[in-house]
Amino acid sequence: MTDRVLIADDEPNIVVSLSFMLKREGYEVLVAPDGTQALAMIRGERPRLVLLDAAMPGMSGFEVCEAVRADPELSGIRILMLTAKGRDTDIARGMGAGADAYVTKPFSTRDLIVRIREMLA
Amino acid sequence: MRPGLRRLLPVAAPGLALMLWALGGAVLFHASLPAGQGAGLVSALGPALQANGAILFGWWLAGAALAGWWAARLHARHVEGPARLADAARLLTDNADAPRLEAASPPALAALADAVNRLADQRQALRTDMARLVAEAQQKVAQERDQLGALMAELRQSVVVCNLDGRILLYNDHARGLFHRVSGGQLAGGAEAIGLGRSIHGVIDRALIEHARETVDRHIARGDTAVSAQFVTTTATGSLLHVVLAPVRSQGGAISGYVLLLDDITQDYAAQSRRDRRLTELTEASRASLANMGAALDMLDYPDLEPAERDGFHAIVRDEVAAMGQRLAAMTADASQEILTRWPLQEMLGDDLLAAAAQHVLAQTGRVAKVESAEEGLWLRLDSFSLIQALGALAGQLKGPQGMPSLTLRLAPAATPGWAHLDLVWPLDPAAPAAGGDTGVQSAARDIAERHGGELWLEQDRPAGLSFFRFLLPTAAAGPEAEALEARPEFYDFDLFAASDSSRSLDDQPLERLSYTVFDTETTGLNPAQGDEIIQIGALRILNGKLLRGERFDQLVDPGREIPPESIPYHGIHPEMVQGQPRIAEVLPAFHAYASDTVLVGHNVAFDMRFLQLKEAATGLRFDQPVLDTLLLASIAQPHEPSHSLEAIAARLGVEITQRHNALSDALVTAEVFLRLLPLLKARGVVTLGQAREAAEHSYYARLRY
Repeated sequence: MTDRVLIADDEPNIVVSLSFMLKREGYEVLVAPDGTQALAMIRGERPRLVLLDAAMPGMSGFEVCEAVRADPELSGIRILMLTAKGRDTDIARGMGAGADAYVTKPFSTRDLIVRIREMLA
Repeated sequence: MRPGLRRLLPVAAPGLALMLWALGGAVLFHASLPAGQGAGLVSALGPALQANGAILFGWWLAGAALAGWWAARLHARHVEGPARLADAARLLTDNADAPRLEAASPPALAALADAVNRLADQRQALRTDMARLVAEAQQKVAQERDQLGALMAELRQSVVVCNLDGRILLYNDHARGLFHRVSGGQLAGGAEAIGLGRSIHGVIDRALIEHARETVDRHIARGDTAVSAQFVTTTATGSLLHVVLAPVRSQGGAISGYVLLLDDITQDYAAQSRRDRRLTELTEASRASLANMGAALDMLDYPDLEPAERDGFHAIVRDEVAAMGQRLAAMTADASQEILTRWPLQEMLGDDLLAAAAQHVLAQTGRVAKVESAEEGLWLRLDSFSLIQALGALAGQLKGPQGMPSLTLRLAPAATPGWAHLDLVWPLDPAAPAAGGDTGVQSAARDIAERHGGELWLEQDRPAGLSFFRFLLPTAAAGPEAEALEARPEFYDFDLFAASDSSRSLDDQPLERLSYTVFDTETTGLNPAQGDEIIQIGALRILNGKLLRGERFDQLVDPGREIPPESIPYHGIHPEMVQGQPRIAEVLPAFHAYASDTVLVGHNVAFDMRFLQLKEAATGLRFDQPVLDTLLLASIAQPHEPSHSLEAIAARLGVEITQRHNALSDALVTAEVFLRLLPLLKARGVVTLGQAREAAEHSYYARLRY
């Protein structure tokens, strides 16, 4: 069975690359362009992993993360925050909100794919 | 005793006395006769009295009238005359400039008046001498104070000094301007947010100041060398004030007050947060762009891409490169603006800069530079010191084998609006081309130009045969806001250091130590209840016995109704003068703030108070402070004077009236009258506010009027 991964990011320029890469890696890819839709898709589609941008219109990635962690039914979902917000305070907030990993942009796609494989192993 | 009765008594007394004396004689005569004779006399006289008694009564009446007239004259000469003389003499004791006594009719009184006048003359001469000596002694002290005042005025920082009660005893013009700005501009009537004797707590939260004072006390108790405290506070208009509070300590070490240094950091703070925000935005946007490009490039590494996929990833990279370029351009534009705001540039008139620069060039090179200014009244935003130094250094560099060339300093607006050219010009010398490449002096000068957000270059004007260094410098819209002040305002009153009113109730305090707002209103008529309205309020404040002429309140008011033409001669305010003026609902809050913490004083003030009180319901403002009336106070101080109109009192007390029935000038006259009444009241045992209010309540006029 293929794992489902949700990419939640409002920038199409990163979504194109990420989804291309993940599809080639054999994952089923879902895309959400903002926080509200991301949360709805998490609830409806139950992806195993979410690549979550922090700064999105509507709900921010931090808020989505908090909402997922507040819902016991969604406890199995892994969250990787993939964001340009790189200050120590941002990282602390992301981890505090319950992200399993925090990767700041720019990043190496090779490292990212390794990370994703580990998280889904 | 009522005055009417007092007048009647001396007139009636002689007639009554005559009658009693005659009756007494008759009774005595009757009692001395044997019983039979007495009865006979009565029976004989009785009918005769009944028939012709009218003659006797008429005789008595004539005598009584004559004696009464005589007695009234005597009373006027020997009782009222001396009483008036005594009042006038009392006035003279208190005020050597008061009018001299008039010669009264009995020669003895006239001699007495003459003697008193001579004494008064002597005393005045003595006082003049004394006053001169005292003035000389005081001059030195005043000079020192004025120097301090001048120093404060020149400081670019806002300074306020308060006593322990938080009452302001010194402030400088910058502080006035600062509070003017942060309190949302001018209040009505020219009232300012701060003033001498007013409380600093009106503009800065009491709790903040007390907290800072505790911090200072802790520093002192620990024996620290730096004992100041600082805090940031927001004002009603949302401005941010940075305040440093330091104690004023006497030589003994006791704290007598506090100095507050104030800074409006609203703009700095806003600029700082703007910079921070921009930096964060740029960082995050660049990270995202780099990530997008990096990921796209990584995807391009896959060997088996479809051509469409390959084009898509290339498009992403191109797109992000363009976006980063745009962000960088916007950032650069902002940053050059930022340099302008960050470096402390001052506004300076171009002509002043040229004159100062020419002087410096002369000192550096010994060469008189010609000065050319293309536009009069061109203002620049400059670090003038560095710029002039740079010009001097550049000029010094031009010395060639033939000595110093002739120099011209030239200032003209640049083609780009908001910029000007400042040129250092010398004749082009084809034999010795001007130094190529930046020398050390040039690069230092270029730094200074860049500090202004501008540039510096070397230009050759071959047709005109000139070389010049050209500075591109920012212009300013206009000069700094000119402060037009009619009179030199009082910005300090050091007597307040000693004042501490928190421990005593207002009524127990001596009159000369209190703060007063002396005011007057002009109105459309006399009946506020029937729709008459205030059309002008004028007021001045008295502090520690001194009239503060600089902190005046003067405001015309649009009454929202017509001004009766028949009232215009009384106040001189025509309908067009109140057009566009604020309504009373806007003026009263400003006046209320102006008069807060003071005793109200007016002439026949009950009239003005009725107008103010009728507005209480509409504005919610209560003027509940104590009120004093100069009309009543004058009637207490000079009870024998027939008239207590403002003109009459002013004339008696030697106060000059320039313009009557203008609210501010009437308030001024009332204030001066009030100050001169204070010693007269003191002589009559009226010393405290409580005593003055008590005496006014029981005065003759008060009972007549209320």
